[in-house]
Amino acid sequence: MVMKQVMDFTVKANDKHGDNYSLLKLAPVKGSVPPVKPGQFVQVEVPNSKTTYLRRPISINYADTHELWLLVRRAGAGTRSLCDTQEGSVLSVVLPLGNGFTTDVKGTALLIGGGVGIAPLLMLGSKLAVRGVDVQFLLGARSMSDLLELDLFRQTAPVHVATEDGSLGHKGLVTTHPVLQSDEITHIACCGPMPMMKAVAAIARERGINCEVSLENMMACGLGACLCCVEDTKDEGNVCVCTDGPVFNINRLKW
Amino acid sequence: MVNLNVKIGSLTLKNPVMTASGTFGYGEEFADFIDLSRLGGIIVKGTTLNPRQGNPYPRMAETPSGMLNAVGLQNKGVDYFAQHIYPGIKDLDTRVIVNVSGASIEDYVGVCERLRGLDKVAAIEVNISCPNVKQGGMSFGTTCDGCESVVSAVRRAWDRTMIVKLTPNVTDITEIARAAEGAGTDAVSLTNTFLGMAIDVERQRPVLSTITGGLSGACIRPIAVRMVWQVANAVSVPVVGLGGIMNGRDAVEFMLAGATAVQIGTANFIDPQVTVKAVEYIQDYMQRHGMASCAELTGAMKGV
Ligand SMILES: Cc1cc2nc3c(=O)[nH]c(=O)nc-3n(C[C@H](O)[C@H](O)[C@H](O)COP(=O)(O)OP(=O)(O)OC[C@H]3O[C@@H](n4cnc5c(N)ncnc54)[C@H](O)[C@@H]3O)c2cc1C
Ligand SMILES: Cc1cc2nc3c(=O)[nH]c(=O)nc-3n(C[C@H](O)[C@H](O)[C@H](O)COP(=O)(O)O)c2cc1C
Ligand code: FES
Repeated sequence: MVMKQVMDFTVKANDKHGDNYSLLKLAPVKGSVPPVKPGQFVQVEVPNSKTTYLRRPISINYADTHELWLLVRRAGAGTRSLCDTQEGSVLSVVLPLGNGFTTDVKGTALLIGGGVGIAPLLMLGSKLAVRGVDVQFLLGARSMSDLLELDLFRQTAPVHVATEDGSLGHKGLVTTHPVLQSDEITHIACCGPMPMMKAVAAIARERGINCEVSLENMMACGLGACLCCVEDTKDEGNVCVCTDGPVFNINRLKW
Repeated sequence: MVNLNVKIGSLTLKNPVMTASGTFGYGEEFADFIDLSRLGGIIVKGTTLNPRQGNPYPRMAETPSGMLNAVGLQNKGVDYFAQHIYPGIKDLDTRVIVNVSGASIEDYVGVCERLRGLDKVAAIEVNISCPNVKQGGMSFGTTCDGCESVVSAVRRAWDRTMIVKLTPNVTDITEIARAAEGAGTDAVSLTNTFLGMAIDVERQRPVLSTITGGLSGACIRPIAVRMVWQVANAVSVPVVGLGGIMNGRDAVEFMLAGATAVQIGTANFIDPQVTVKAVEYIQDYMQRHGMASCAELTGAMKGV
């Protein structure tokens, strides 16, 4: 197990994607980024927000020993403030947190992301591809301009796209994309809005495909100490999403 | 050299900084961040006679400089604690204190009886903020009679150090503190969380599944400091102060108000190293102010 740490990071770049998203590229002030697994997350302290008291959980979009990327959507005051951080400012980050996705996968894996939920899938895709898994992405967004990091995804594996307005790829929700009907798919990893994950889980169950989803329950500590983030499971009742998750096999979930 | 030792009943802590129940798990959750042996004590999660699943999600709402929680004492029960948790924490070089909760007096007593066999449980903290199921769900800690009945029953079942944790949701907290003292507690701790509520205005629904919840964090500190000061002037047993301590300075504030020791809760979520930093701050503060022992700091507020 990698030790959890509180580390200061310098914002090296803040790449804005449209009005609603920022890709923060961070580098440790000192030392190196600990090893992380795809699907793990960090807890970031939010500077310059009068109304944000707790840290905010954000997925690891990419990490190597000297860099950490966070892809942030403006959802409220805390994420707004993160999206507005200036290059050169310092953020306190607790990492690495959570379990991460299973990488011991065989056959063809479909990684389904919606909105900012695509964030953890990029690293997962590369990791699986390196392990020789046949990886395909299915990325969904409201419109073409909400599709983030499309080039990076395309460099990693074949990408299927669904947009609600039809501006790119299949028109409609990801769950209506024909690739989901393909018999090749043996594994699904999914991260996105709840309604999307529920719909994907339903399809996976119906078709008997192994499926993992990454939950975004509200968190306080991120360390398994406060029990605020619980999800009710079939096997163990209420468990902490921050330590038992955020990734769950749908067989454990009650929905 | 300053001496950071403090005494609560017959129990000596190596320094006045403890962790607040329900915010620090069983300590292990923070072992990557701090050396647990540098703490005065660890007050573990609220423990009940039988396992509890707690309240449904959502259980948390962030508020200005604080948070509401409605965890509802989720824990696996005292027997699980004794068998599975205690062996892993009993050899920590700090004081392990168990926070005891119950829905009836028999529950509290039952937990104490099971903890008696565990030598390294240095003390118990009796959480009297719990609703008394037999009395229509009214909290034991909101009446002098309710407080006295639990405290005297627990006193008969527990001869090591006992701390009674007071709820601030009362008209006059000094009355309840006196009742706890009269019933034989060795110390009181305050405060527990303040009853609060948050509404999602767009969805026009309560944020918490339980509608109301307990407010903690920096926002409650001035009220908690005031209550600690009032209680320290009303009882002669030691007072453990908590509520919104975010750093060492805040811990010193509680001690100046009359606290013998302090607990840090919600702040651990923001800075997992806050407790150890607070110990260092207190030590440095005492040096700067020429204080040789914590007793010189407790109640040292001047000009009143
Ligand atoms: C494990 C995990 C990984 C996450 N990864 C990312 C990520 O990579 N990028 C990203 O932009 N966001 C991510 N989120 C969601 C992000 O944490 C929330 O959007 C953020 O906490 C909202 O804070 P705020 O102050 O901006 O909004 P607030 O003012 O607190 O709330 C604004 C709105 O967002 C909702 N909200 C609050 N907290 C959460 C939450 N935890 N999840 C979903 N909605 C929430 C509120 O109900 C409210 O409607 C992740 C959440 C979790 C639990
Ligand atoms: C998530 C959470 C869980 C808590 N659980 C308990 C508990 O089980 N028993 C108890 O006596 N107090 C519990 N408390 C109250 C704290 O121990 C403490 O009294 C309160 O939070 C005020 O201190 P703080 O502002 O430093 O957090 C809990 C508080 C929080 C935030
Ligand atoms: S957020 Fe505290 S236990 Fe998960």
